[in-house]
Amino acid sequence: MLATDDDLLRQAETWRREGRGVALATVVETWGSAPRPVGSHLVIDGEGTFMGSVSGGCVEGAVVTEALDVIESGTPKILEFGVADETAWKVGLSCGGRISVYVEKVN
Amino acid sequence: MDLSLLSRLNEERAHRRAAVLVTDLQTHTQRLVFESEIARDPLSALLSDALRMGKSGVVETEGHKVFLTVQAPVLRIIAIGAVHISQALVPMAKQLGHDVIIVDPREAFASPERFPDVAVHAEWPDLVLPKLGADRYTAFLMLTHDPKIDDAALNFALKSHAFYIGALGSRKTHGKRIERLQALGFDEQAIKRIQAPIGLNIGAISPAEIALSILGEITAKLRLKPDGAKIGN
Repeated sequence: MLATDDDLLRQAETWRREGRGVALATVVETWGSAPRPVGSHLVIDGEGTFMGSVSGGCVEGAVVTEALDVIESGTPKILEFGVADETAWKVGLSCGGRISVYVEKVN
Repeated sequence: MDLSLLSRLNEERAHRRAAVLVTDLQTHTQRLVFESEIARDPLSALLSDALRMGKSGVVETEGHKVFLTVQAPVLRIIAIGAVHISQALVPMAKQLGHDVIIVDPREAFASPERFPDVAVHAEWPDLVLPKLGADRYTAFLMLTHDPKIDDAALNFALKSHAFYIGALGSRKTHGKRIERLQALGFDEQAIKRIQAPIGLNIGAISPAEIALSILGEITAKLRLKPDGAKIGN
């Protein structure tokens, strides 16, 4: 798993060197039975192409949308997902856990 | 994150060197701390604990939430002896995420048929080990029961920065080994680095149980603080 997440950092570097807009999303905190451990990455390019996983599929769609915003603005964001979230029905975690994801642009 | 920072992080990983990326979640400032700089860093204690656990995570410092992205190299286990214990050890070590390399000059033992999934070197340790190299994230296991082979590997391992060196054999066998190593010029401090008899004392009998005890000891050496305390205690 760790090796895979490190490979994603290499992917992010490759994409950026190719001239793509790139954002890196990282699980920074988890509570309860979160699907992916702290340190897991999702790498997103300006077209919405993504590699990796921060939740095993539950909230990737929402993270990609926010990431496109971060690529545009350049300002990092902290996203929180969980069952307590108002959007739980749409993008909540089915496992009942809660995660915090840091999204930053690769400049 | 600056591309230059990301590429330094990737570069450190490619060279099997540990590093910690420190991200302030409030101010969004970032810096990369190399393993060699951790001792002098203001967050030294937090960074070394995180690195020892190989675990990324949030820490609080001076009222700020800071995220530590920990990058530790994959452990490399160099097993001297393409023996039964090594065969049992390979799949267990892979489950733990470690790389395994087998070295044994006896070609009948060091055959790809016996070790289909790992790098096998049918060469003498004193010839092949300098080529393979050994860093802080390397463990040596001496498993041949043959002093000619094990000693050649120990002679290399004891001069390296390997974090774990274990040698199979009874206390009596180890006693004789110590005499041979002293004759080679190794002092008490160097010889004390050798875990012998190898592995945790769990009453292991079968090759798989011995492999388990060795991997348990490697895990303890990796994760516990030098005084044996768990992180956080």
